[in-house]
Amino acid sequence: MDDFYRDYILDHYRNPRNVGHLDDPDAAAEDTNPLCGDSVRIELRVDGDRRVREIRFTGKGCAISQASTSMLTETVKGMTLDEIAALPKETVLENIGIGISPTRMKCAMLGLRVLKSAAIGRLADWPDET
Amino acid sequence: MSTHTAAASASTLAHVRDDFPILSTTTTRGKRLVYLDSAATSQKPRAVIDALSRFYEEYNANIHRGVYEIAARATDAYESARAAVAGFIGADSREIVFTRNATEAINLVAYSWGRSSLRPGDVILLSELEHHSNLVPWQRVAAERGAQLRFIPVDEHGELLLSDLDSLLDGVRLVAITHVSNTLGVMVPVRQIAERAHAAGAVVLVDGAQGAPHLPVDVRALDVDFYAFSGHKMLAPTGIGALYGKRALLEEMPPFLSGGDMIRTVSYRQTTYNEVPWKFEAGTDSVGDAIAFGEAVAYLRRLGMENVRAHERALTAYALERLDELVPRGLTIYGPRDPDRISGVLSFNLGDVHAHDVASILDTDGVCIRAGHHCTMPLMDKMGWTATARASFYIYNDESDIDALVASLRKAADIFKL
Repeated sequence: MDDFYRDYILDHYRNPRNVGHLDDPDAAAEDTNPLCGDSVRIELRVDGDRRVREIRFTGKGCAISQASTSMLTETVKGMTLDEIAALPKETVLENIGIGISPTRMKCAMLGLRVLKSAAIGRLADWPDET
Repeated sequence: MSTHTAAASASTLAHVRDDFPILSTTTTRGKRLVYLDSAATSQKPRAVIDALSRFYEEYNANIHRGVYEIAARATDAYESARAAVAGFIGADSREIVFTRNATEAINLVAYSWGRSSLRPGDVILLSELEHHSNLVPWQRVAAERGAQLRFIPVDEHGELLLSDLDSLLDGVRLVAITHVSNTLGVMVPVRQIAERAHAAGAVVLVDGAQGAPHLPVDVRALDVDFYAFSGHKMLAPTGIGALYGKRALLEEMPPFLSGGDMIRTVSYRQTTYNEVPWKFEAGTDSVGDAIAFGEAVAYLRRLGMENVRAHERALTAYALERLDELVPRGLTIYGPRDPDRISGVLSFNLGDVHAHDVASILDTDGVCIRAGHHCTMPLMDKMGWTATARASFYIYNDESDIDALVASLRKAADIFKL
């Protein structure tokens, strides 16, 4: 894990993309990682085909939770809400590109859980438990 | 601390490390285990592990029931363990109730004493340092009984502000306070608080989960009414802890859990209860764990708790000195930063690196620390910390563990380009 914190992860941690809020978002969700209190809120604006046109997030927590959420906001632009609801955890793991220990998996999956919750309009299951 | 005491503690505790089998293991990355999370749970010496195996291999039986030889032996060993635990804190055996842990001991008082004694409008005085285990039970009982919670405030270093204690004690029925902060290591002047609380007519409970393992404790000298502690933080197995209660108080309290073993006679409609402390020990107890707890306190008494404290004080002083080297790299240490005021716990953060990331990087070097809110979310909120990293020491740690911590923190600072 000496390459655990690669430069692009630190870059997304210190300069997260798509940070902020939307006026009157079409969908939004937020949640907290019970293990460590990391928190993420995601807001979405979609077009008539239910495709994500705009996405913003706010959050606080560790580099893994915040960088993975930041990367995810770039990944899902243009996807439909149904596609987001079906996103596998591998999408996040590929974005991060490094091994995540079981104890940190909830940190990595927090953003995806919140994003899916926004897409389906209720709290989604933890992606690492489904 | 005099140099004489330092030398004495160094010689007494020099070979302690060899008694802990886990400390000679390595991680999957081949690193020596540098265990700095004893505030979460302590490691176990060979003597305790052997006591536990000996019970299951030689005389496992239920207690207080069987008439055969091994049942008698198990009962004797269980009650001897109670005497050992009582002696460790200067109590009588009849004043020690075995529980699962400090949390269960506090809940016992909350649900037995609290439910039967608290009246609407009564005040429970806590401190802002409290672990969730000495806060949430009181929130629940207060809501049920119409009582109120009040808090002794802390300063920016986490030390209690006691100048207004007498006015804070107005209308207080119970003071429930920690002996040592699990987040900052701050030692609370329990004796002084108990004296003033008693003068105000309040009952005093101390959460000793971080006190009993690290400091000499004499419940008579402290003059507290209840003292709750966990075995697993003081060399014993998980699943065993104890509640000390003054006998007169225990006598007048109703049972907590009910069922077998805590009774004297039972008819279909009515029950009379056993004497204390057995009145509070319903069902089959954690017999093997209790026996091993007795072995754990015997081990600590052989070392001498004054020596344990001196060792941890010296280690804390060394750690504060070494960690200072990392201040230019962005390290912030919380708490009083004075080894005479803290007990073997240091909380810190490294620049803008989240505590969980620090802990993950340290883990790759075999350095085990805790990261997060340490079950003190209200304190974290008050201080404005999202999370802290926490290193905590015990009898088996030495300067080489601190050196490993500092080296690994330096690596974390490098990775995060601080």
